[in-house]
Amino acid sequence: MTDITASKSMIPVDDVGAGDKSAGEPQARRGLPHTAQLREYGLVFALALITLFFEYTTGGVLFQPLNLSNLIMQNSYVVVMALGMLLVIVAGHIDLSIGSVVGFVGALAALLMVRFGFDPVSATVACLLAGAVIGGLQGYFVAYLAIPSFIVTLAGMLVFRGLTQALLQGASIGPFPEVFQLLSKGYLVNFAGPGTSVLIALVLAAVLLGLNVRRRQARIRNGGPVDSLASFVFRNGVTTILMLAFAYQMSAYRGLPNVLLVLFVLVMLYRFVTTRTTIGRRIYALGGNIKAARLSGIKTERLTFLTFANMGALAGLAGMIFVARLNTANSKAGIGFELDVIAACFIGGASAAGGIGKVSGVVIGAFIIGIMNNGMSIMGIGVDWQQVIKGAVLLAAVCLDVHNKNNRL
Amino acid sequence: MQPVLEMRGISKTFPGVRALNDVNLSVAAAEIHALVGENGAGKSTLMKVLSGVYPHGSYEGAITYEGRPAHFRDISDSERRGIVIIHQELALVPYLSIAENIFLGNEPARFGVIDQDRVYTRARELMALVGLDESPDTLVTHLGVGKQQLVEIAKALSKKVRLLILDEPTASLSETDSDALLRLLLGFKETGIASILISHKLNEIARVADRITVLRDGTTVETLDCRNAAIDEDRIIRGMVGRTLAHRYPVRAPRIGDTLMEVRDWTVHHPIHADRAVVRNVSFDLRSGEIVGIAGLMGAGRTELAMSIFGRSYGQGISGSVRIAGDAVDVSTIDRAIAAGIAYVTEDRKQLGLVLGEDITKNTTLANLPGVSTGTVIDEESEHRVASDYRTKMRIRSYGVEQQTVNLSGGNQQKVVLSKWLFTQPKVLILDEPTRGIDVGAKYEIYSIINELADGGRGVLVISSEMPELLGLCDRIYVMNEGRFVGEFPRADASQEAIMRAIMRSKDLNG
Repeated sequence: MTDITASKSMIPVDDVGAGDKSAGEPQARRGLPHTAQLREYGLVFALALITLFFEYTTGGVLFQPLNLSNLIMQNSYVVVMALGMLLVIVAGHIDLSIGSVVGFVGALAALLMVRFGFDPVSATVACLLAGAVIGGLQGYFVAYLAIPSFIVTLAGMLVFRGLTQALLQGASIGPFPEVFQLLSKGYLVNFAGPGTSVLIALVLAAVLLGLNVRRRQARIRNGGPVDSLASFVFRNGVTTILMLAFAYQMSAYRGLPNVLLVLFVLVMLYRFVTTRTTIGRRIYALGGNIKAARLSGIKTERLTFLTFANMGALAGLAGMIFVARLNTANSKAGIGFELDVIAACFIGGASAAGGIGKVSGVVIGAFIIGIMNNGMSIMGIGVDWQQVIKGAVLLAAVCLDVHNKNNRL
Repeated sequence: MQPVLEMRGISKTFPGVRALNDVNLSVAAAEIHALVGENGAGKSTLMKVLSGVYPHGSYEGAITYEGRPAHFRDISDSERRGIVIIHQELALVPYLSIAENIFLGNEPARFGVIDQDRVYTRARELMALVGLDESPDTLVTHLGVGKQQLVEIAKALSKKVRLLILDEPTASLSETDSDALLRLLLGFKETGIASILISHKLNEIARVADRITVLRDGTTVETLDCRNAAIDEDRIIRGMVGRTLAHRYPVRAPRIGDTLMEVRDWTVHHPIHADRAVVRNVSFDLRSGEIVGIAGLMGAGRTELAMSIFGRSYGQGISGSVRIAGDAVDVSTIDRAIAAGIAYVTEDRKQLGLVLGEDITKNTTLANLPGVSTGTVIDEESEHRVASDYRTKMRIRSYGVEQQTVNLSGGNQQKVVLSKWLFTQPKVLILDEPTRGIDVGAKYEIYSIINELADGGRGVLVISSEMPELLGLCDRIYVMNEGRFVGEFPRADASQEAIMRAIMRSKDLNG
């Protein structure tokens, strides 16, 4: 930040006014990146607060190993779909159909495996493809025919709910092959005895830490923006401790669930895609200013199409995780899921106007929703009031976000 | 005659710019008073002061209206006193009927219930006055621009207008529609309504105006009286452009090389009205190291020409050929145009040029992400290096490349847009109004950058509505009017009078 003074004004006279203006403002704006960071800290803080609140009100049930395990499993499909929804929302759209797609793909999985005897692997591939095709089909209408996504996916919501019912003909189909159930019910093999979970967490934490340190050093080498050392140590320290503590707690039950591995891989993948790849960058540009993006040579239609196809594939995956857990497919599966997923994105800081949102944010948003669902159920709060409270939290989160943004610009 | 409106010593300052400086305007009752001047001379600002868009207190000077000092707080305040302004962009609701539009916000109603009978009878009366014979139920979207203009005027009449202000009313009208409109103004004059007419079409002004006030650089140059002696167009033009260059331009010794870009028989049709040609048979050349200007009035088709060449980002039914360095190139999509070596810097950097929520780095690399990536993975180090290099080279004043572009000043924003396009390694740069809304000091810097680009062997095409800018910057200037190129001047022969004359002459030829 010291190089403001280093840039010399080319012409001495007229320019001074303009130069002073823009050089003077950074004083006030230097805090800007910190505001963005504060926002993220605020989110973590909110998650911590909600967690502690429910830990207290449920008398410690929340953190019990069995409940933690349940929490992950109950919440996994919300996280999976929130990753796809993040891209859709960042691109400036919305997808209301995912609950129905969950039901439809779940039913399809049941038919393939239970009725027609497909093996779990080829059935899984087929179901993911089906999800991608459904998403792509809706994306085609949104991207190439310029029909508002709200309408297209509202239609999709009805169509695929109906098709789910048509596929199942009112029946519930199950049980699924044992191997398939492992997708959401299984646990990683404790190959190293009871300490396996902690060991895995230790390895992952070390890898993450290594990557973060390398990235930070590269940035310092290039004079790029970095947090202060204290904040870096604090953030990574807290992350590492939380991972280890979580793994330790989980090891007291049956270890780490398989689905957690799926989540971890997906979250890392989408974090990478959104922050480090050209396609991710272009989706943000498209959502931030579609005209400027188009005039920069970005194929905005194709990109929009792809975000919807991706959303469909993830909804398909979520559908399979869901039916594997219930071990039966029924025509009610997935009803209302889109609401939790969209809420997770907005609580996590995605902007309804597009262009803004982070993977870390929506994952935290998804866990806020998940812990509220779980905690309120343990407390015995009825579904009626659960909805009221979730609605209020969503509105409050977005109000806070809008307030922050207005203060910033 | 007692003036109905008297504006005295009006000055209006925006941060960094003095838009109006001691302007005087006096309009008599039942007079058609024309207001002329180049783009940016301050006509619109003056009218905004008058109508209360800039409320009393935000400007200096005094306004006397109908014998009383006027302190308008907002538009509705001035409308209550009978001052109605009709903007160039019509403010009609397309899916409401003519009658509904006429009374929008002013509906004859009792206790909130609209009196339909009165709406229709009053609408018919007003429509008859302006010569509209449609049904009052017709949706405005089904009317042509000329008739929409008449609806606006009917709407003004419904507000008991005493002073009608028309901003470029005939800019998008056909000859017959323009005639009808001007006759209407003459008719209003008979009934005692005064009008202020802002127009670039000097032949129309010479025909209907009683007096003409000329603005230049935010000051009143003169008021010409046409009632006794006819004023010809040359006389008006002299008033509009007769100044010495006020701004400074960096000195440059052009090193002009071989022909870089050739455009032949370029024709473009309107994106919605497929039968309307917006650019007609335009051919031009651009040599390496050369800065070529395209002069013309608003709506001449210059932006449409540039955008249609840049990956057909405007219009339909596009025909013609583009060669770069002798080879025919495919410019059918934006990424192909970029690959062919063309860069286009839009006239609207906030809406079309920048992703304002993103930082300088991300905006700089947006049009050439592969340039900082291996495969699809962005190399953050090289991206940061590229952005920092451009920030230094362009002298972008910010606290770092991670500053959001929304917080930059106009000049610095423009430098970010230029950086973005330079990073695509273009051979030809098309700059559309490159200094619009930028203060004088930053303008000089942008001019210097443009000069450096040309000296680096690129071809630069500059579209500008500020003629002094073109004269100060360009080696050669094409004049465009109504979709055609109507003149070409090497630097030595170019002057504001010559350009204006070329535009006016072509208007006469086209009837």
